[in-house]
Amino acid sequence: MLTRPKQILTCGLLSLAVFALTGAGDPATRFKELGHQMMCICSCNQILLECNHVGCPDSDGMRNELMAAVSRGDSDSLVEQSFVQKYGPTVLAAPTKTGFDRTAWIVPFVALALGLTLVVMVIRAWKNRPTPAIADGLRPVRGAELEQFRDQARKETDL
Amino acid sequence: MAQIGSFALLLALALSIYSFGVGLLALFFPGDPLWERLGETARRAGVVVFGGVFLAAVALVVAAFRNDFTIAYIFHHSNRDLPGRYKFATLWSGQEGSLLFWSLLLAGYGFVLRLRYKTDPRLFAYASVVLAGVQIFFLSLVNFAANPFGLLEGPLRADGSGLNPLLQYPEMVIHPPMLYLGYVGFTVPFAFALGALIMKYPGEKWIHITRRWTMVTWGFLTCGIFLGAHWAYAVLGWGGYWGWDPVENASLMPWLVGTAFLHSVMMQEKRGMLKVWNMWLVFFTFWLAIWGTFLTRSGMIASVHAFAQSAIGTWFAWFLGISFAAFLFFFIKNKDHLKSEHKLESLISRESSFLFNNLLFVLLCFTVAWGTWFPKISELVQGNKVTVGAPFYNRVAIPVALLLLILTAVGPLLAWRKTSFESLRRNFAWPTLGAAAVMAFLMITPPSWGGPFGLRPWQDISYFYSLMAIGLCVLVTLTIASEFYRGGKVISGHTGQGMFASLVQLTHRNTRRYGGYLVHFGVVVVIIGLAGAAFNQDKESEKGMDYGDKMTIGSYTLVCRSYTQDDGPNMASEWAVIDVYQGDKKIDTMNPVREFYKASQQASTKPDIRSSLKEDLYLVYEGQNEKGLPIIRAHLNPLVMWIWLGVIIILGGTALALIPNAPAPVRIAVPARRMEQAVPAVTGD
Repeated sequence: MLTRPKQILTCGLLSLAVFALTGAGDPATRFKELGHQMMCICSCNQILLECNHVGCPDSDGMRNELMAAVSRGDSDSLVEQSFVQKYGPTVLAAPTKTGFDRTAWIVPFVALALGLTLVVMVIRAWKNRPTPAIADGLRPVRGAELEQFRDQARKETDL
Repeated sequence: MAQIGSFALLLALALSIYSFGVGLLALFFPGDPLWERLGETARRAGVVVFGGVFLAAVALVVAAFRNDFTIAYIFHHSNRDLPGRYKFATLWSGQEGSLLFWSLLLAGYGFVLRLRYKTDPRLFAYASVVLAGVQIFFLSLVNFAANPFGLLEGPLRADGSGLNPLLQYPEMVIHPPMLYLGYVGFTVPFAFALGALIMKYPGEKWIHITRRWTMVTWGFLTCGIFLGAHWAYAVLGWGGYWGWDPVENASLMPWLVGTAFLHSVMMQEKRGMLKVWNMWLVFFTFWLAIWGTFLTRSGMIASVHAFAQSAIGTWFAWFLGISFAAFLFFFIKNKDHLKSEHKLESLISRESSFLFNNLLFVLLCFTVAWGTWFPKISELVQGNKVTVGAPFYNRVAIPVALLLLILTAVGPLLAWRKTSFESLRRNFAWPTLGAAAVMAFLMITPPSWGGPFGLRPWQDISYFYSLMAIGLCVLVTLTIASEFYRGGKVISGHTGQGMFASLVQLTHRNTRRYGGYLVHFGVVVVIIGLAGAAFNQDKESEKGMDYGDKMTIGSYTLVCRSYTQDDGPNMASEWAVIDVYQGDKKIDTMNPVREFYKASQQASTKPDIRSSLKEDLYLVYEGQNEKGLPIIRAHLNPLVMWIWLGVIIILGGTALALIPNAPAPVRIAVPARRMEQAVPAVTGD
C-alpha cells in the first residue's frame, strides 16, 4: 500500500510520462525526427529533410525509404542501422554515442567543466594576491572609508 | 588587362617587401636621422601598395565587363550575358579573385592606418610593418600560387562558363565584401597589439587607438555573417538559415573570439587587467580568420561551399605556423610587460562576469572548431569519417549559449570590484519575477494559440531550450530597460526634462555603454528569432498544384492561379503565381521561381517569402510533376523576421557606440550672494 505522498509522486510521474510520450509513436513525427538525424548523401551536406537542391538524385529515394521503414514499424535504431549499412556512417547527421564517437559529445562538456573550474580558481588566486604597490606618498584606503568612496563613486558614475 | 593586372600585383608585392624590410630596419635604429627618413619612405611605400592592388582589382573587373575570356578566371566565373552587378562581383566569386579582393581590403586598411600615423608615429610604424608582413603573404599568393590574371590555355572561347547560379542574387554582391571587411579588419588590432607587445608599449593607449577599428571590423563581420544566413534562407530553398557548414563555422569562430576580445578589453581599459589574455584573444581572432580560409581552401574539410582544392592550403599552413611562432616568440620575450595592475576582489563583480563571459565565448569557439575537425579526427583514429551536423551543434552549443545569455543579463549590472547582495536584489528582483511570469504564461497557455505558446519543456529538449531562451531574453530586456529607466530618471530629476529627452541625453553622454546595451538587446531579438525554429516542426506541405488547386498551411490558404515561363539571355525561368488567402481575404500574391542558367547549365530555386513578425510563409517552386503541374512546397517558419530585425539593432548599437560622447555638463557651485548680484545682469532688462 502506497503512502499518500508516494501516491501523489506516482501520479505526478505518470502524468509527466503521459505528457512526454504524447505523439512519440506517431509515424509522421518519427519520420520528421529521423529525417532530421540523417544527411542527404548527394554531397550537398544538408540534413535529409532539408535537402532541396534541384535535381538531387538521392534525397527523394532516401525519403521514400525512410517513410517505408517508419510505416513498417521498424525501430529507430533499426532504421538508422539499415541506412548506415547502405550509405555508410556519414549518413548520420551527428556522431553516435558509442565507441570513439562518444568523445565528440563528451569533450565540449568536459571543456566547459574544466573551464568553469579554472575561472573560479583564477578568481580565487587573484583575490588572494597581494595588493599592487601604490606610489610614494599615497596610503591605501580600507574599511569604512573605502566603502564611503565606493558609494560616492557609484553615485557619481550612475549615469 | 592581364598584363596591367599582373604588373600591378608584382609592383604591389615589391612595395610591400620594401615597406616591411626597410620599415623593420628603421625600427632597429630609432633616433638615427637616416633611418628615420628611410622609415618614412617605407610608410609611403605601404600607402602606395593600395594603389597597386586597387589597379589590379580594377583590371580584373574591367576584364569581366569586357568579356576578356583569354583570362582563365574571367572565363570560369563570368559570361557575356551576366548582369553588370554580377560581373562586378566576379572579383570575389572565385578563389583567385577573392584572394585579390582580400589583398585589396588589407591594403585599404593599411592605407588608412598609414595616413593616420601622426597619432603615435612609433606605434603606427610597428603596426605598419606587421601589416606589410601579412600583405606580403597575400600578394605572394596572388602572384605565384593563385594568379587571377592567368591566361586560358587552348583556343579562344566565345563565351565564359558563367557564374554559379547560387551567387546570382543581390545579396551576394554585398555579403562577401562585408565578411571580408570583417575578416581582414581584425589584422589591424592584431598589428597594433603585436606592435605594442614588441615595443613594450606603456599604458593602454594602443587599445584606445584600435577600439574603433575593432568595433567597425566586428560590425562588418556581424553584418557579413547574417547576410550569409539571409542569403541561405532566401536562395537555397531549404527553409533554414544556418546549417553549421564548415564555411559558416569558419566565419563564426573569429566572430566569437573577437566578441570575447571586445568584452575583455574593457577590463584592460578600466582596470589594467587581463593584458596577457587580451593579447592572445586579439591574436587568435586574426589567426582564426586565416585559419578559416585555410580550412575551406585546403580541401581538408568537406563543405557545401565548393571552393577549389588547390595547393594554396600549404601556403596558408606555413603562414599560420610562422605567424603563431612569431607571436609566441615576442610574447615569451616580453610577457613581463603584461602584468596586471590590479587584483580581483570578488567572485560577484564585473571583472568576474567578464572572465566567465570570455570563457563561454572561447568555449563556444572551441566547440565549433571541435565539431568542424571531428570528422577528420575520427578518420585518423578509427579509420572512418563521421558527419558532425546541426543535431550535434544544437545539443552542445545551445547550453553554453544560454549561460552566455544569463551573463548578458547579469554582467552589465554588476559593479566593478565587488557587488553587494543588496545591490543584486535591487537590480534583479523585478526583472527575474517578470521573466518567471512570462515563462509560466508560455507554459500554461494552450498550444492552439499558436506561436510560442504551450511550451512544455518536459516534452522535448528543444521546447526546454526555447522556453529558457525566451525567459532569459525577457530577463535581459528588463534589466536593460531598468538601466535606461534609472539613468533617465536621474537626468530627468536633475534637469526637469521629460523622460524621452532624458533618455536621449543619457545615451548621448555615454554612447559606448548604452550602445552596448542596444547591441545586447539586438542579441535578445536575434535569439527570440532563433528560438522560433523549435516551433516549425509540423508546418510544411508539398503539393503538385493545378490551376485553382488549394493548399492549406497554418492560417493560410494557397491557391494556384497560373504557371508562367520566361526566357532571357542569361537564364530561363519558370514560376507559379500563388494567391494567398487568410480566411476569405486575399492578402498577397507570391511567385516562387526556378531558374535555369544557360552558360553554366545549372538550375536554381528562388523561394518567395512573405514575412511578418509572427511567421514567414516560405514557398518553394520545386519543378513540375509527371503531369506537368508545378510542385509547391510551403514552410511556415515562426519568428524568423526577428533575426533580421535583431541584426539591424545590433548594427545600430555598434554604430551608436562609435559616436563620441557628448560632454557632461559641468556644475559650478556659485555663492548665493554672488548669484543674487548676478541675476539682473543675466536677465538683462
